[in-house]
Amino acid sequence: MSMYNSNRGGIIQIIVGVIFILITAQLISLQIFSSKYVLAANNNAIFRKIIYPDRGIIYDRKKRALLENTISYDLVVIPNEAKGVDTATLCDILKIDKAAYSKRIIDVIIKNSRVKSGIFEAFLSAELYAQLTENLYRFPGFSLSERSIRSYPYNTAAHVLGYVAEVDVNFLQKHGDEGYEMGDYAGMTGLEKQYESILMGQRGVNRYLRDNKGKIQGPFEKGQFDTVAIAGRNLFTSMDVEVQQLAEKLLQHKIGSVVALNPKTGSVIAMASSPGYNPNLLTGNQRRKTIGRLLTDTARPIYNRAIKGQYPPGSTFKPMGALIALDEGLITPSFGYNCFGLYTSCGDPRKCEHHNAGHAANLQLALANSCNSYFLQVFRMAIDNPKYHNAKQGYLKWKQYMNSFGLGRKLGIDLPSENRASIPDTAQYNKDFGGAKYWNSCYMLTLGIGQDRMTATPLQLANAMAFIANKGYYYTPHFIDSVEEEDELDKKLLQNFRVKQEVTKIPTEYFDIIKEGMHDVTVYGTAAFIKVPGHEFCAKTGTAQNPHGKNHSLFVCFAPKDNPKIAVAVIVENAGFGATWAGPIAGLVIEKYLNDTLTKESKTKVDYLSNVDLMPAAIKAWYVRNNKTEMLTPIEYNNYELADIWDMEMLSETAPVAAKIDTIKKLDTAAAPVQPIVPPNKNKKLKENALNPTLKKKKVTSKKNNVSI
Amino acid sequence: MSASSNNNNFSKGTDLAVILLYLIMVAIGIMCIFMVEYNPNLDWSNSFLTAKTNYSKQIYFAIFCGFVAIFILLIDSKLFTALANISYVLGILLMLATFILGKNINGSKSWIPIAGGFNLQPAELCKIFTALILAKFISKPETDFTKLKSHIVAGIMIALPAVLSIMQHEMGLALVYSAFIFAMYREGLPPVILVILLSFAILVIATLLLEPITLAIILTAIAGLFIASMLKRFKRNKNNILIVLAIWMVSFGTVRFAVPYIFNNVFECYQSTRIYSMIGKEYDCSMNKKSASSTMERKTKKPDDYNVKQSKIAIGSGGFWGRGFLKGTQTRGKYVPEQHTDFIFTSLGEAFGFVGTFTFLALYLFFLFRLIRIAERQRSTFSRVYAYSVVGIFFFHIAVNICMTIGLFPVVGIPLPLISYGGSSLLTFTALLFILLRLDADRQMVLR
Repeated sequence: MSMYNSNRGGIIQIIVGVIFILITAQLISLQIFSSKYVLAANNNAIFRKIIYPDRGIIYDRKKRALLENTISYDLVVIPNEAKGVDTATLCDILKIDKAAYSKRIIDVIIKNSRVKSGIFEAFLSAELYAQLTENLYRFPGFSLSERSIRSYPYNTAAHVLGYVAEVDVNFLQKHGDEGYEMGDYAGMTGLEKQYESILMGQRGVNRYLRDNKGKIQGPFEKGQFDTVAIAGRNLFTSMDVEVQQLAEKLLQHKIGSVVALNPKTGSVIAMASSPGYNPNLLTGNQRRKTIGRLLTDTARPIYNRAIKGQYPPGSTFKPMGALIALDEGLITPSFGYNCFGLYTSCGDPRKCEHHNAGHAANLQLALANSCNSYFLQVFRMAIDNPKYHNAKQGYLKWKQYMNSFGLGRKLGIDLPSENRASIPDTAQYNKDFGGAKYWNSCYMLTLGIGQDRMTATPLQLANAMAFIANKGYYYTPHFIDSVEEEDELDKKLLQNFRVKQEVTKIPTEYFDIIKEGMHDVTVYGTAAFIKVPGHEFCAKTGTAQNPHGKNHSLFVCFAPKDNPKIAVAVIVENAGFGATWAGPIAGLVIEKYLNDTLTKESKTKVDYLSNVDLMPAAIKAWYVRNNKTEMLTPIEYNNYELADIWDMEMLSETAPVAAKIDTIKKLDTAAAPVQPIVPPNKNKKLKENALNPTLKKKKVTSKKNNVSI
Repeated sequence: MSASSNNNNFSKGTDLAVILLYLIMVAIGIMCIFMVEYNPNLDWSNSFLTAKTNYSKQIYFAIFCGFVAIFILLIDSKLFTALANISYVLGILLMLATFILGKNINGSKSWIPIAGGFNLQPAELCKIFTALILAKFISKPETDFTKLKSHIVAGIMIALPAVLSIMQHEMGLALVYSAFIFAMYREGLPPVILVILLSFAILVIATLLLEPITLAIILTAIAGLFIASMLKRFKRNKNNILIVLAIWMVSFGTVRFAVPYIFNNVFECYQSTRIYSMIGKEYDCSMNKKSASSTMERKTKKPDDYNVKQSKIAIGSGGFWGRGFLKGTQTRGKYVPEQHTDFIFTSLGEAFGFVGTFTFLALYLFFLFRLIRIAERQRSTFSRVYAYSVVGIFFFHIAVNICMTIGLFPVVGIPLPLISYGGSSLLTFTALLFILLRLDADRQMVLR
């Protein structure tokens, strides 16, 4: 009946066809002409995971690792899957309460959402790790993930090695084009920073497929676009772990520094700065606790005194002063000065420690006896050298010598932020005395005995010793001798350390004289009682006056006398005579290095010295005031044994030694008097006396103060 | 003349091409669902028959549908005419029953739970019954489908299940009933109605796209031009001017009142939002009366254009050749929500690219044209109306489903026939198709 409508079938076909053409057109536009969807899809689904390579390891001269990488474990949790967890047991193991548990879970959710795993507890101790692995089946949703952290098996050389830390915004801005990303770790100080590019290696990128909830489904395209992580390369030093540990041990309870160089190569054998800290305290979960404490400490344990500390060199400067005068032809080795205990040529008399006649009859004697008058005179001669017409020119020449000895300028050691210390410029004296013509050698007389405005870092002093030991040249002090699989770039980096620095033309016979004099110091001079079994050595003591309190104790030396293998500079702040404190420390360091062991006698000496407390009272009082008595507990060195990293955790919990507390108490009462301890019975009475609440409160606070000591 | 159940007659007259296409489509469907669920970490070969995964369930559905198809092919074709009225009534009753027995799945209470954890959606089955009763009604000798009265009766038959579907919050299913317009048009519905509907659709879209003032100027300009160009004809018959003016006023009413009313009072907030997001605009839910109370809970959900965005990304990232079988990153990462049901087309688009989607469309176009050819070769009105109903339903599903995945149509819950996961849907389409094939096999007969 409706056959007349049959053309409508065609129209319906056309409608269907048109709609299909429309769909096809949209598909062409989506699939062929829009590239943005591929990008959007990749953003959605491909997760780039950075694979961090192991950082390079730093070895000492006997191929012992000063630092290495350890696996640390984090307890991670996926909040969504953490259902039916035996929270009681978990809290028990981690020693937290249930409130803390829920808080941490919430923290993880906030940071990483419910479906991604987040860190519940970072850097588990070995003990915790063992306990958790045993019980992990009780904690669904929890797992242990590993990460590589630094560890320092010898607990030593913290200042030298530096530390790595997560990069911050500032760092990323500074190193914008070096490929760092948020969450990366980079060397922040020390060798870790200096050799970051070698140690860090090359990161790898793995691509994973992830789903709409961010869960990883598996490698993308079977990993064919992944790049492999290349491990950081190792560094080799000439340091000696045992010498380093000895140096640090000897500096316990003292403020000071020890630097030992190999004069033949310029390599650093040991560099200690005290107070220091255990490098393991800046890794893992120790870091957060420790770093704040270290940064606020008044004794500045993070500060590397060996390259940043500026000390008046005192008498240790005298050999250099003599060298200048000899080279300038102002004196001969037989030059003598008739000293009776005072130097009066510049009016105001300067004291000399010796007053027996003839103690400065020639250069060698003057050096051995460290005669102040002799070297003041020699200094004046150098400044007022007729060759240079006036004091200013003379001074400039003198300064030039100083600089070529490596004083008053940066030596270029491979550590960041080395200090140049100070050999003052004429401009400073012009300013002080109101113009160049208003001063002469008398005005800065004590420069001649290493005082006045002259300062040097322990490193510079050790280097000056190497210079004398080598009779006129030195190698730029450095830690890194070689890099694993050294390439051209590394060679360029280390090039400067392999070139002889020979800036003066002082004849070797003058050095011989100086050496003899310094040898005499150890035979009958100021350091006569310091002996290194089996070796003759050359030394110079120093006792530097300083405006901050008691004299600094200094000692510089090199050994053996012929064919020197080690040059040492030791400074103990506010300790007194150089020969008393710095000298024995240097002697023991030399003995350890040259003999590889210490005699029984020396070991006793080590025990004695390491326990002597020379910390300035002001600093101790500060600790007491700020409830930081734990800083007075020295770092425990596991006497040349490999220490387990986990031991370090125990360290921070060690109670201060009782005996120490007593002395501190005494000191504190002297420095900052606190209220006397309220006996318990009195306190009880006060408690009963409810009529006077203010008094009660005051007494209770005072009690608290005392307890905290 | 009843079709006997002996083997010789079984396949006689049955359109084998359609059966072949049907099998290909079902196979593609299972493959697509497999792609969506594939997990390289699991051993999939074992899970194929465990009925624990969707693709394995779909295989069982397909086997069951195969039996149903054979059963339908064995039924006497007269039975369909005989049962048309009663099945329709039954279908409506079932839909009403959902209001009491209904189970809430994905926010629509349109499912009746039946044994074995399976659920039945009566609205799906009602499509078949409506197609049958429409065919029955139009094919009745006393029906003159050129008359308005018949149009209204047919309209009510179609509208009843549609309205019930809307009440069940199944907008997509309700929309499907508009597919019967194909059959009605073929049987004599005046094209003017199609034109009016099309104009209305254009007007609604224009309302959304353009500023009200711009639209008013355009409408007035069109009316003015129309009157001016036909001035001579209007002089003869003044009523024509009134008609144009009436249309102009109705248009204004639509723009000013009807469209905002529909969006703010008839549609749910999310529906309005989806339509607005289609044209890249944001819909302010606070204007919506229905969702005033439920805005709070919606805020936490993903943005409403999330589905379409992800769907377009998945299809677009396929490129020309596609990422390859099982290699689609968006599919593997489950970025497209409801990918195994309404958005199944995306897995195909991502894995096989334009080549795949184009081939697939061509296959479907061929399928539809084949059905139209079948419809046109019927001698019986009943069969032809039914055939066009099937064509309409299939076409509407395909067009709307694909258009929504590629961003040409707002998201409505309509499955892709024979491809999307779901027993009810597969069963409905199988029944629809095989009843047609059964009728076609007896095309020489004039059924009443």
